[in-house]
Amino acid sequence: MEYILIIITAVFINNVVLAQTIGICPFLGVSNKINNALGMAGAVTFVIVLATIVTYLIQIYVLNKLGLAFMQTITFILVIAALVQIVEIILKKISRPLYQALGIYLPLITTNCAVLGVAILVIKKNYNLLEGVVYGFSTALGFGLALIILAGIREQLELADIPDGMKGVPVSLVIAGILSLAFMGFTGIVK
Amino acid sequence: MNQLKNFTNGFFRENPILVLVLGTCPTLATSSSVLNGLGMGIATTFVLIGSNTVIALLSGIIPDKVRIPAFVVIIASFVTIVDLVMQAYTPSLYETLGIFIPLIVVNCIVLGRAEAFASKNSVLSSFIDGAGMGLGFTMALGILGAFREVVGSGAILGHKFIKGDGILVFILAPGAFWALGYLIALVNRLKKS
Repeated sequence: MEYILIIITAVFINNVVLAQTIGICPFLGVSNKINNALGMAGAVTFVIVLATIVTYLIQIYVLNKLGLAFMQTITFILVIAALVQIVEIILKKISRPLYQALGIYLPLITTNCAVLGVAILVIKKNYNLLEGVVYGFSTALGFGLALIILAGIREQLELADIPDGMKGVPVSLVIAGILSLAFMGFTGIVK
Repeated sequence: MNQLKNFTNGFFRENPILVLVLGTCPTLATSSSVLNGLGMGIATTFVLIGSNTVIALLSGIIPDKVRIPAFVVIIASFVTIVDLVMQAYTPSLYETLGIFIPLIVVNCIVLGRAEAFASKNSVLSSFIDGAGMGLGFTMALGILGAFREVVGSGAILGHKFIKGDGILVFILAPGAFWALGYLIALVNRLKKS
């Protein structure tokens, strides 16, 4: 039950993009086509889950043990950057098709604040490892959901006649605002 | 003269939020009131000035291949300094900004300026560029914060000027998206004329 609660909260109620406004850069950047959105969502899910496990273990067994908790930000961002590189190299070796599908999105993920954000929030919320992984996975699901919805709308929007100044980013932001308003309707599902 | 142009670049021609549309996450999350916006802006400005200066100083020493990880470590160090200082001296602001202070590390503006400007220019120009970009960021956050605070809670700088609540949605996430969207559209319009 507890885990279901974490999942529903992270995907719908506290959606990482639409409610917490974390991870907006890739949200605006790769939401022009549904295929790109799917690729990005897959890559982000993969990296977030992996990064959550590694940073959690480092926090508990290295930083806390040595009294170096203040080094959290530096350590985590380095771990994430290294992890993304490793994932990229491994994917290239073992699975060509998967690498071609996710490859171009991987370098972008280092600067996706959702990854670092989840890693820090898991520590702040005092989750255990399993809860952390579930939280990370469902946050990534929420990110993917928001990304794919926006991509679907933007594909249709290409046919619409939009004033010059509103083209591109502004109109995406306005749509994101409406989506965010819709997602606020989920508030109150979980007491 | 040249340095002055360098400084004002960040305010108008290359304003990081309104023109380049970088660093949108902290923009949306922390511009719910003027003070929050300015607090975030000043914290980011400090990191920008510090990282730009140090990276310009070390530009001959850092090998080209490992420059991005090196930049990230330098930026993260300054973010840690800001984090600890704010925790000690402005605990309530620290509480409000929360997760977004450590997230300055992944603010694209900071790494963007390190890569595009500080690694190629002199220490003085990099310092001025950092200050200009940071204050341009702060200015945009201030404008956005002022708008959202006036419309959303009917107050300015915490002083209420109407009875009751404002249009609450503007303090929440949807209002953030709309305010930024229309502000960028306005800037696009002004750029054309």
